[in-house]
Amino acid sequence: MNDLSDFVVVSAMLFGIGVYGLVTKKNALRLLFAVELMINAANLNFIAFGQYLPFEGSAAVAPNALGQTFVLFSIALAAAEAAVILAIVVVAYRLHQDVDVSELKSMEG
Amino acid sequence: MAVLTLGSAIVALEAKEIIYGAIGLAGSLFGVATLFFLLNAPYVAVFQIAVYIGAVAVLILFTVMLVREEKWSKELPPTSLTKLAGIMTGAAIAVALIFAVVDTNLAQFTNIVNTATFVDIGQLISTGYAPILLVLALVLAASVVGALTLSRADKEDKGQ
Repeated sequence: MNDLSDFVVVSAMLFGIGVYGLVTKKNALRLLFAVELMINAANLNFIAFGQYLPFEGSAAVAPNALGQTFVLFSIALAAAEAAVILAIVVVAYRLHQDVDVSELKSMEG
Repeated sequence: MAVLTLGSAIVALEAKEIIYGAIGLAGSLFGVATLFFLLNAPYVAVFQIAVYIGAVAVLILFTVMLVREEKWSKELPPTSLTKLAGIMTGAAIAVALIFAVVDTNLAQFTNIVNTATFVDIGQLISTGYAPILLVLALVLAASVVGALTLSRADKEDKGQ
């Protein structure tokens, strides 16, 4: 009942919602939410393709854990990124009492 | 599950109070984790729940409470032009991707052929991709140190 295209379509919708949030929102935390949604859409694609498509690499590599392995790395990277962004948000809030990205003029180069 | 994922994603971005948005984001990430379960990837699903809902969502909630402010609840709504542009962009990308998917023969893959277990994942991570694992550990450490330095330097400034 579930085929590969179902998961890819859900992933595309999730990515579209993320892009919408990235374009419309100005609150730094909302931007973080949107980026996390887009990362999750990409991860979902990795897993879906990795699980449905046969792996045609060398037989020396174990079945095909490649998709899942990459998603594990990607989740760890996303967590690190979220930690840094939240630290920046806290500092920006202490300095400006605001997290609206269009108000953070002092960060302009 | 798809409805849960997408609905929570919209809640995450559109909720009036940002704290409800954070909870919506956690719900959306949980929906993605259930999709991983459906895809026969339980190890990644549990990892996703542990890292995202256990760490990132809690971190976001703490930040929201730490810097909570009245102004946030009265967040300036985006102008209708911006909103229209955002909806157009997001919908255009989503529709284009969906048409691209429908146009292919991806629907013919109805069986999950992958039987990789967490043993295979462990072997792959600890042999061929061990350098990436090490670099990732360094990146995580660097990001934690960077986050701590950011907040500490600010405290010193205030002390002076």
